[in-house]
Amino acid sequence: MRRHGFARDALIETLHTVQQYFGYLDKRSLRFVAESLHVPLSRAYGVATFYHFFTLKPPGKHTCLVCLGTACYIKGAAQLLAAAEASLNVKSGETTPDGNVSLVTARCIGSCSMAPALIFDGETTANGNEAVLRSKLEGWQHA
Amino acid sequence: MTLEELEQIASDARELKEKSPRALNVCVAAGCASLHSEAIKSALESEVQRTGVNCRVGGTGCMGLCSQGPLVSSEPQDRLFKKVEEADAAEIVAKLDGELPERMFCSREQPFFRLQTSIVLENSGRIDPEKIEEYIAADGYQALLHALTELAPAQIVQEVSKSGLRGRGGAGYPTGLKWGTVAKTIGATKYVICNADEGDPGAFMDRSVLESDPHRVLEGMIIAGYAVGASQGYVYVRAEYPLAIKRLQTAIREARRLGFLGNQICNAKFSFDIEIRIGAGAFVCGEETALIASIEGRRGTPRPRPPFPAQSGLWEMPTLINNVETYANIPAILRRGGEWYASLGTKKSKGTKVFALCGKVRNVGLIEVPMGTTLRQIIFEIGGGVPEGHTFKAVQTGGPSGGCIPEQFLDLPVDYESLKELGSIMGSGGMIVMDDSACMVNVARYFMEFCMSESCGKCIPCRAGTAQMFELLTRMTSGTATMQDLELLEDLCDMVSSTSLCGLGQSAPNPVLSTLRYFREEYTEHILRKHCPAGVCACNQAAEACA
Repeated sequence: MRRHGFARDALIETLHTVQQYFGYLDKRSLRFVAESLHVPLSRAYGVATFYHFFTLKPPGKHTCLVCLGTACYIKGAAQLLAAAEASLNVKSGETTPDGNVSLVTARCIGSCSMAPALIFDGETTANGNEAVLRSKLEGWQHA
Repeated sequence: MTLEELEQIASDARELKEKSPRALNVCVAAGCASLHSEAIKSALESEVQRTGVNCRVGGTGCMGLCSQGPLVSSEPQDRLFKKVEEADAAEIVAKLDGELPERMFCSREQPFFRLQTSIVLENSGRIDPEKIEEYIAADGYQALLHALTELAPAQIVQEVSKSGLRGRGGAGYPTGLKWGTVAKTIGATKYVICNADEGDPGAFMDRSVLESDPHRVLEGMIIAGYAVGASQGYVYVRAEYPLAIKRLQTAIREARRLGFLGNQICNAKFSFDIEIRIGAGAFVCGEETALIASIEGRRGTPRPRPPFPAQSGLWEMPTLINNVETYANIPAILRRGGEWYASLGTKKSKGTKVFALCGKVRNVGLIEVPMGTTLRQIIFEIGGGVPEGHTFKAVQTGGPSGGCIPEQFLDLPVDYESLKELGSIMGSGGMIVMDDSACMVNVARYFMEFCMSESCGKCIPCRAGTAQMFELLTRMTSGTATMQDLELLEDLCDMVSSTSLCGLGQSAPNPVLSTLRYFREEYTEHILRKHCPAGVCACNQAAEACA
């Protein structure tokens, strides 16, 4: 916040920083940010819920992201997502009950040349297939 | 910074190259990077060190042919190695001047490279995006210096108008006209914004330009700032592009160090600085008024226009918003003249356009062609056609705001007008090829789902209309629709497109309308016979959910 001079328009930047450090935005941090930047809490909450990138729930230990961009979709991303949902027994956007793996989707990560693209804990995997997906998820579950 | 100093930096960089003419350049843009090209680069580095060969090893931006990645190019012969693996390092270094193994050889003579004209991508894959000196050696920042020392702002606007450049974000508004409006508007402060919120799924042109040649975009923005009288610039870039953000940050730091940003740039009475603003995953923020709201730290919802941002934009000040690719064209236009640029392209659409060619096509990658190139040339000659065993069905342009174009129109020259006539749009440049395994109703449903969840919810036609259309399309793909639903769908298309507040809603029905126009029989087949010709939707098996 200091970097942005406590400016009110730096709300999104500040929330980015908070999420980067804590992994998500909880009530306490939203309240703290709103007070420090002198914006109403409703505004901070409104911004945090408007943008898909912000999450109000703590993420799992690992994150599996399935890209659902058009190129990935044409090359079978929907089937990959279904396989991931079946393997983890959670829906997209959810975390396994033990807090181990979060399954998320993206609109497009711009790696269309590598379709279908998957991201495991920040590392992009090109030309994903069900076998790769399963082995990675199982590896996490047994780790 | 004076012209002499700039030339000194350029000649120093060139001299360094001449001293050791041999080099291996590894593509470290997102495509090849996800195939672990960084590891290949380190392997090559250690191999060069081990053998003591006089050869530089560097990283560059995108070389275009992403489907053959990871790509490595060699200097001075300008050879291209494809599908390189870490284990190949020894062989590549050993055969630096010799015959290349067939398996890695990638010809520069193939149509993919031969039929392209590079302006925006001229440095892409040829320079190290993290070294400002390499950009300067490739004539970088010359246009800025020329503009600041020899041209008046009005002359720059005139030159841009002469070039016939139109907004590369998709709508195609004449850039010169926009600059002129902002320049004429009176305001205490003015802003220049670069829209790098490339939200269209299937498009990655802006990402590649920012990752491969970020200084080019900065130079274009600084020139724009001088031309319209702005003192502050913002690049609004998606959070999904961490590498592009990193390269941009490096580029801004370097540009400040050499005095291209800051106070009294190049001793002219002109100060300008650029800041990065990171998006947070909202497609609607590509719309200019929503983007401005987002920079101001608010929810990214559009507002009615007029007033246009050129008159009242960021903090109610005159604001110039252009797309990444538009700015990237500016240095070349000022260096080589507006007339030269206008000599390329068609009557109403000048210059070149970058496309992200992907989907069911052999040569997936980033291409740049003159306006007026036919779709057939792009897909079948440059793209190499649809992979074995399938036939071409349609090409989707313009993302969720565009449409699907069938085979019979492939010979039409591509420009803003021709695509619009076909019910699609130029858009930012994503081009997704679909083969006979794609179901058009399912594709329409996919895009409607996208628009529905990306709708900001401010105006009712878009918020409720997209949800209703999605519901109708779902009925069709699951085999429960009637012909009445089809009628209703068409009515809704008309209503949503004519009454929505912003571009997202107005263009949301385009994928449905264009597929209805060219593939109506697929819709009726789904409804009347409960059968999906492509076998994608499970509408005849009620037990199975639609894929």
